Amino acid sequence: MTLLGKSISEIHKLLTSKETSATELAQAHLSYIEKSDHLTHAFLCLTKDLALKQATEIDKLISAKKELPPLAGIPLAVKDVLCVESYPATCGSKILEGFKPIYNATSVNLLFDAGAICVGKTNCDEFAMGSSNENSAYAKVTNPWNHNYVPGGSSGGSAASVAAGFATIALGTDTGGSVRQPASLCGVVGMKPTYGLVSRFGLIALASSLDHVGPFTRTVEDTIRTLAVMAKPDTHDSTSVPQKMRTANCDMVALLNDLPKITNLKNVKIGVIEELSGEGNEKSVQKALDLAIETLKTLGAKIDKVSLPKVKYALPVYYILNPAEASSNLARYDGVKYGARDKSAQDLLSMYLSTRQSFIGSEPKRRIMLGTYVLSSGYYDAYYKKAQRVRRLLTEEFNDIFKSYDLVICPTSPTTAFKFGDRTDDPLKMYMADVASIPADLAGLPAISIPCGFDENNMPIGLQFMAAPLADRKVLEAAYAFEKATDYTKFSPMLQKYESAKT
Amino acid sequence: MITKETVRHIAKLARLKLSAQEEDIYTEQLGKILDHVDALKEVDTEGVEPMSHALEISNIMREDEILPHPSQEKILSVAPQAERGFFRVPKIGE
Repeated sequence: MTLLGKSISEIHKLLTSKETSATELAQAHLSYIEKSDHLTHAFLCLTKDLALKQATEIDKLISAKKELPPLAGIPLAVKDVLCVESYPATCGSKILEGFKPIYNATSVNLLFDAGAICVGKTNCDEFAMGSSNENSAYAKVTNPWNHNYVPGGSSGGSAASVAAGFATIALGTDTGGSVRQPASLCGVVGMKPTYGLVSRFGLIALASSLDHVGPFTRTVEDTIRTLAVMAKPDTHDSTSVPQKMRTANCDMVALLNDLPKITNLKNVKIGVIEELSGEGNEKSVQKALDLAIETLKTLGAKIDKVSLPKVKYALPVYYILNPAEASSNLARYDGVKYGARDKSAQDLLSMYLSTRQSFIGSEPKRRIMLGTYVLSSGYYDAYYKKAQRVRRLLTEEFNDIFKSYDLVICPTSPTTAFKFGDRTDDPLKMYMADVASIPADLAGLPAISIPCGFDENNMPIGLQFMAAPLADRKVLEAAYAFEKATDYTKFSPMLQKYESAKT
Repeated sequence: MITKETVRHIAKLARLKLSAQEEDIYTEQLGKILDHVDALKEVDTEGVEPMSHALEISNIMREDEILPHPSQEKILSVAPQAERGFFRVPKIGE
């Protein structure tokens, strides 16, 4: 019997029926990763001791016949920008090489308390800046569907680890699409909840007003199960959504109970974003979108085209606000409090300069430069404030649409996975990869990417659902119904190859 | 358009020591990116309040009480250099 590639409820059954133990499960995943990750470079470090310790605790509960917590024994991979106490958190950067956080991120803590088993920290673009994982200072993650292609970014290691079957849940972060875009390119489910629904405490910041923690899983149900544990108010994060604002529309526990009742999308009104469909998309992607619209209609949804004219400004707004916030957040890497330091420097100023010069990579430097420029005196109003104003106009356009529609949809990414080196020479070309995912970050909307087809090279295509802030339940319900009605949820060939080589 | 002098000035503000090659690359790339974001100039934003957060929540306060926190020793344990309860840095002036 294989222990790999199981869903949360499948693992729960295997454990409660004593067909396997949490330790056996953890060992099976760790050994698969050890034997196969040289192909994907999805992990920056394995947390083997932690995994086995956590698994032992679960096995003790099982032998004492105690009730198991909701994620007991579930293999979890954590993006390297989230803190796991006593294990490295490099953010894919040399400047944090050797840094081991002294506490867990809240999201990580909640999953650990629910019984999840941490198998390792996943590779990502340096400080989560990138759309292809080519900006990691350590190794380029490859796409498990075809190792010649990028997995997307910045949470490429997390997306790849779920697509390969290394973990059932992987945590990622989404600032401009860094969960949804790699989910799309790797053929898995990736969700960015409403801003503030999941705590940012213990997430090493990129752009604080845009950063979201979100899960990758293979099925929508597993995403709901993860969020049911992880989406909680947190006094350690002042932007965490307070309990009183968490209404039925973002109640994941209730949604989990209601799942068997969701069989259609009757009376659900869906708008297809005109500005993000049509010619801007690759042919295969547009075809998959058209087909998805037909499926949604069959499920009973009412579908119209909707126009959001300000969407075309999302990318320029983002590439002012993100670098501005990043330049401020990355000022803390100065060789004093943590991480690397150029020890040869003779005085403080040259220590700052040479530490930052030697250990920060080219994309973070580019954003620090850009951010410092748009925040500098004389340019602050023309760039930074202007972008903040257009951000509001875009958000208001979305809010207006959500007065008449439950959801809006578009492809998660205008293209499928591209090849290594295709976009590295031109930052703007790389930034374009997130054109369809950035709007939801700017407006703080809940948004999910789920598999909706394959292109002519058998690379996955993703469909994105978005809803009004705090209506996370709506995107999950629609995604769940769509997933049940289609057959795109598949593992990359990696897992099958590994299993057949074993027997 | 952005000049190499501006790039040098910005690098100084950001505490980055750029190589000559980096100065050239960033002069060209920042120029291109700024040209791209200039598209925002055509949007009428008269009277629009700048938006700094996705949800309008502010001043979330908790009770002013001391909660458990990591020890000074633990915090300093991750520093490149520490001494007698302080972060240690190279000399600041003559």
